[in-house]
Amino acid sequence: MSSINRSKTKTPMPAQDPKKRSKNFDEVALGYTEEDAVNEARRCLNCKKPTCMEGCPVQVQIPRFIKHIAEKDFQSAINVIKETNSLPAVCGRVCPQEEQCEQKCILNKMGDSVGIGRLERFAADWERKQGIKAPKQTSQTNKKVAIIGSGPAGLTCAGDLVKLGYEVTVFEAFHEPGGVLIYGIPEFRLPKAIVKQEVEFIEKLGVQVKTDMVMGKVLTVDDVFQMGYDAVFIGTGAGLPKFMKIPGENYLGVYSANEFLTRINLMKAYSFPKTDTPVKVGKKVAVVGGGNVAMDSARCALRMGAEEVYIIYRRSEEEMPARKEESEHAKEEGIIFNFLTNPTRIIGDDKGWVKGIECIQMQLGEPDASGRRRPVPIEGSEFILDMDTVVIAIGTGPNPLLTKATEGLDLNKYGYIDTDENGKTSKEGVWAGGDIVTGSATVILAMGAGKKAAQSIHEYLQTK
Amino acid sequence: MYKILERKDLAPSIKQFVIDAPLVAKKAQPGQFIILRIREGGERIPLTIADYDTQKGTITVVFQEVGKTTKELGTLKAGDHLADFVGPLGQAVQFENHKKVLGIGGGLGVAPLYPKLKMLHQKGVEVTSIIGAKSADLLIMENEIKAVSNKTYICTDDGSKGRHGFVTVVLKELLEKGEKYDEIIIIGPPILMKIGTEITKPYDIPTMVSLNPIMVDGTGMCGGCRVTVGGETKFACVDGPAFDGHKVDFDELMKRLQTYKSEEKTAIDKHEGGGCRCHQ
Repeated sequence: MSSINRSKTKTPMPAQDPKKRSKNFDEVALGYTEEDAVNEARRCLNCKKPTCMEGCPVQVQIPRFIKHIAEKDFQSAINVIKETNSLPAVCGRVCPQEEQCEQKCILNKMGDSVGIGRLERFAADWERKQGIKAPKQTSQTNKKVAIIGSGPAGLTCAGDLVKLGYEVTVFEAFHEPGGVLIYGIPEFRLPKAIVKQEVEFIEKLGVQVKTDMVMGKVLTVDDVFQMGYDAVFIGTGAGLPKFMKIPGENYLGVYSANEFLTRINLMKAYSFPKTDTPVKVGKKVAVVGGGNVAMDSARCALRMGAEEVYIIYRRSEEEMPARKEESEHAKEEGIIFNFLTNPTRIIGDDKGWVKGIECIQMQLGEPDASGRRRPVPIEGSEFILDMDTVVIAIGTGPNPLLTKATEGLDLNKYGYIDTDENGKTSKEGVWAGGDIVTGSATVILAMGAGKKAAQSIHEYLQTK
Repeated sequence: MYKILERKDLAPSIKQFVIDAPLVAKKAQPGQFIILRIREGGERIPLTIADYDTQKGTITVVFQEVGKTTKELGTLKAGDHLADFVGPLGQAVQFENHKKVLGIGGGLGVAPLYPKLKMLHQKGVEVTSIIGAKSADLLIMENEIKAVSNKTYICTDDGSKGRHGFVTVVLKELLEKGEKYDEIIIIGPPILMKIGTEITKPYDIPTMVSLNPIMVDGTGMCGGCRVTVGGETKFACVDGPAFDGHKVDFDELMKRLQTYKSEEKTAIDKHEGGGCRCHQ
């Protein structure tokens, strides 16, 4: 049997060299070898009361799967993960484990936590190499559930419901399923082939995925009930881009992060003209914002050939909401960070193209509602940075396209859907979860919401 | 996959397709548009719905071969399939209590004008139409427009058919003659809509235009189609594509349409330079 590995540090993750990777869209983190994985798994103390699991929104049986890896029984490891998590290859890559399972790991007191995320990714990647087997679930209930949106919340809800014996159809607006996993998160962080495979797994379980379906336009929620569905889950995300409402935002070369990333990721602008959708990336690019989406946009700009890429963020590094791993990767690749800087206007030339961005220096004042110190402009400190492209990555709001077309669905004052703790909405038979309820959050929180809703839908349909 | 049921060549570079898309046809209304993608790797392009048949489950679109995607689309025949066909998108147009409406269509703009005039005509509204093109061979849907209009004026830039001159010349004359309308609809190239709305403004007649900015998703998630209307930024895909023409910043729209000019050229050069085998 395997003995404990008493190393205080995580087994390092092999990664592409920063210089090389800043020129390609291949995955940055290369993943553990079998030997790395077993070594890391042997660091787990297999606690009687595993605190790590308290930090997992989808309740992965963490010590159980890690024990299987330590024993080189990789198939059992992935089986354990998949009992509760339908998207392990995705979660292993993009979950903020440092704020969840790994933060609660007992080893933190002595050194690094166990690399739970890296091990989850290893197990999922190992399975993919063997060829994923998915037993088709047979519908045992004769009841149908419609899922609107095929992002992390929708896919998780669909996966759980099909396993419970329901006939499940997922409706997706785009031509490819995956939601933010496809249009938002770039190839070098989450290869699209992996998303595809996770979707295929759910399809093999028996879920039907219908693309090109802009719900609220082509079909309403009431139409869906009339078509014979017994329950509906809405997981349409927070897809409406926010702009800063400063002068010059409509100049040519100013993008929302949504558009910039969608052109590159979903429409594969990095292959233009082999593919048909272009994107304009100049030599100097400014990305406004400090979240993961800003990091993704900046790193995409670099890979599209930009020479200088700036992050412009109004608070200081400490308040930056991006995952540390992402901002570190960005720094390694040469992204330039301008903290305590806020754009005041975008400057254009006579043809309407961006040529610069005027910013003002900020300083931190009293804490605001979020508990972070509020950035306050320093009067008279305006300065201009020359730019060819500006990407606005300051967040998104709820897209009203479906919610407005749904009668009897209560929204909060910001336009997000009101639900109870299980995702149940004010409309009979309708649940919602993910960013359309909480506002922009993480993949795993959306998955957690999808999971809770699936359970609640199951309880509801059993009594119907 | 969405089947092309019929293809009709309306002019040397203008084609009309009837597409089998029952769900879209069931919900389509005048003023709305669709987004299509020919195949994997293709771009998503918006086309206004030129007609729809709820019973047959079909949508009619009209397009002009100007870029790589529309040129490739023009090589398809009845029986071929499109990978994606999404809609109906955008807001439907509403006309309340109108008695007399003037519809103006320039070039390809005649196609999106048609369903609006057809609806007005069916409601019993008195419809006058002015349609035009560069030359007689580029004039489209003349019979369809005439069938839903009480009176139709035809113009060509080169004088090869109807009046010699732009559609706006006739518009000006009608207004100067003292003709009154509850609303004027102008659809065509941005410059036509700009000039047209400038003509109608002093007469204080509500003037509707339909905008055609660059789009990706068509559902409000990218913001690429933003236009300034009445000093506010609007997304043409969800707030439009029809707007109050007196409030639209056409200069900004025309500039933004130039964003990918050099890439469009690259794509066409590659397309016609033997990169594909469509024409062999």
